[in-house]
Amino acid sequence: MTLKPRLLLAALTLSAAGLVQAQTGLLNVSYDVSREFYKDLNAAFTAHYKKTTGQDIKVDQSHAGSSAQARAVADGLDADVVTMNTTTDIDFLAEKGVVDKDWRKRFAHNAAPTHSTMLFLVRNGNPKGIKDWDDLTRPGISVVVVNPKTGGNGRMAYLAAWGYARSKGASDAQAAEFVSKLYKNVPVLARGGRDATGIFLQRGIGDVLVTFESEVVSVDKEFGSGKVDAIHPSVSIVAENPVAIVERTVKKKNTAAQAQAYLDFLYSPEGQEIAARHNIRPHNEAVLKRHGAVFKPIKLFTVEQYFGSLANAQKVHFNDGGQFDKIFGQR
Amino acid sequence: MNTATRVLPGFKITLGYTLLYLSLLVLIPLSALVLKTLSLSWPQFWDAVTAPRVLAAYRLTFGASLIAATVNAVMGLLLAWVLVRYDFPGKRIIDAMVDLPFALPTAVAGIALTALLAGNGWIGQYLEPMGVQLAFNPNGVVIALIFIGLPFVVRTVQPVLADLEKELEEAATCLGATRWQTFSRVILPTLTPALLTGFALALARAIGEYGSVIFIAGNMPMVSEITPLIIVGKLEQYDYAGATAVATVMLLISFVLLLLINALQAWQRRRS
Repeated sequence: MTLKPRLLLAALTLSAAGLVQAQTGLLNVSYDVSREFYKDLNAAFTAHYKKTTGQDIKVDQSHAGSSAQARAVADGLDADVVTMNTTTDIDFLAEKGVVDKDWRKRFAHNAAPTHSTMLFLVRNGNPKGIKDWDDLTRPGISVVVVNPKTGGNGRMAYLAAWGYARSKGASDAQAAEFVSKLYKNVPVLARGGRDATGIFLQRGIGDVLVTFESEVVSVDKEFGSGKVDAIHPSVSIVAENPVAIVERTVKKKNTAAQAQAYLDFLYSPEGQEIAARHNIRPHNEAVLKRHGAVFKPIKLFTVEQYFGSLANAQKVHFNDGGQFDKIFGQR
Repeated sequence: MNTATRVLPGFKITLGYTLLYLSLLVLIPLSALVLKTLSLSWPQFWDAVTAPRVLAAYRLTFGASLIAATVNAVMGLLLAWVLVRYDFPGKRIIDAMVDLPFALPTAVAGIALTALLAGNGWIGQYLEPMGVQLAFNPNGVVIALIFIGLPFVVRTVQPVLADLEKELEEAATCLGATRWQTFSRVILPTLTPALLTGFALALARAIGEYGSVIFIAGNMPMVSEITPLIIVGKLEQYDYAGATAVATVMLLISFVLLLLINALQAWQRRRS
């Protein structure tokens, strides 16, 4: 076989590039506000991987809205792992055959190494005396939340309110009434979590902002402490941050072991500690205890407890013609 | 037209190129859109595109876009007039400023406008006590759309106005026309095609606008949700078919509107 030298060179370069990539590259496709967390985690993981295997590894990150990211991966974005903030996004990838059908069983805690919950932010000193979900339905209280149609943050806030009512013994009909009373107090539906924070803090709209715990604490850092108080309601929801290996990519790139090691690292005490420092709740008891001042004990319920599954909640509550549409149809 | 009268050759090749280029850039993506819609049955399609929330969003998107394009047509004509007819210090800078809405990322525009007009903003704080609310309701949508559509009318009218001979106006005045007659009978008919083009461009841009509007709209269902937001919302629930169905209807209405404007232009040209 005779190959022209230039062609040979090109072929060699290409295969070398392929080798280099197979050795060192992982792409973690994640949701919007996890950028800083994964920046720290990736640095720690790179060091950890070098120490344990002697090999170099580089982890690239991609961040945008959770379901936009899931769509990109389904359409062909070569993610080795996906780390999302709603299980439905990974369910969608499983449905497309990109991720293992049994992805929930591949890692501990239903493949969710960390989670968050929904809290309230109120104006400094809590002038309206907001303590629990009931207070959000009081006349004259103005509540800022994310539109459940456009953001996972909003879906969790809605489900948390519904679950709260159910936990107090309300029937589904009573819970529906409770939630629709709450949304009558909403002057603006934000597009996403950061947008909601901006509306509440920069535009000065609303008496209370319902958002992820991981956002609540970072607000203090960004806007200076003393402007707002975090309020822990009596009951709130577990918002899992599920992870999965993208089988399609790791087969192609031969990176299954690295992807596994990366996600395992999230469960390690070191990974959990980094998560806790970014106000994301860890499972590791020792780490949780160490950050007890931030993660105040709160009675948590899971989506499964009141809604069967998030996919089911999506269908009943958020899809077109669902419960959320009914609330706004009545207005 | 007779081929013999053409000075430059190459009609076939340029037409072929035009068709190929348009197909690649416009027709293929759009037919993919329609194809995706076809995965819905007719009743499903009808339900998706006529849900009350979706209807309210069409009304807002097209209503606000029409208002914004109209305001832009009037104000854009005024701006173009000032920029062409008068010399004043800083004219170049003002001329360049007209294009800024083109260059600015739309999200930045949306956030800046919201910061100005919200109840605690520079402007909003004076308006709110008077009961005028410009952010987080349909007013905000119109304002954002006026902002992003401004350059279209100015830039289409400007060159035509610059070519307009002053002698025509002088002649009109000499022949006894009042100022208003000179404007409405002499200047305006010459400008109308360019003005309509600018209006159509501003309208089309406004209908598709997403980035700036969502920050200022408030996004309340039935009140201040624009159609592109409905589409994004449907994508969030992985309802690709529903999203493309709404997009297809939007596209159809836009296409009809643009056709109407073209027809208006043709009619106007024939009349003059």
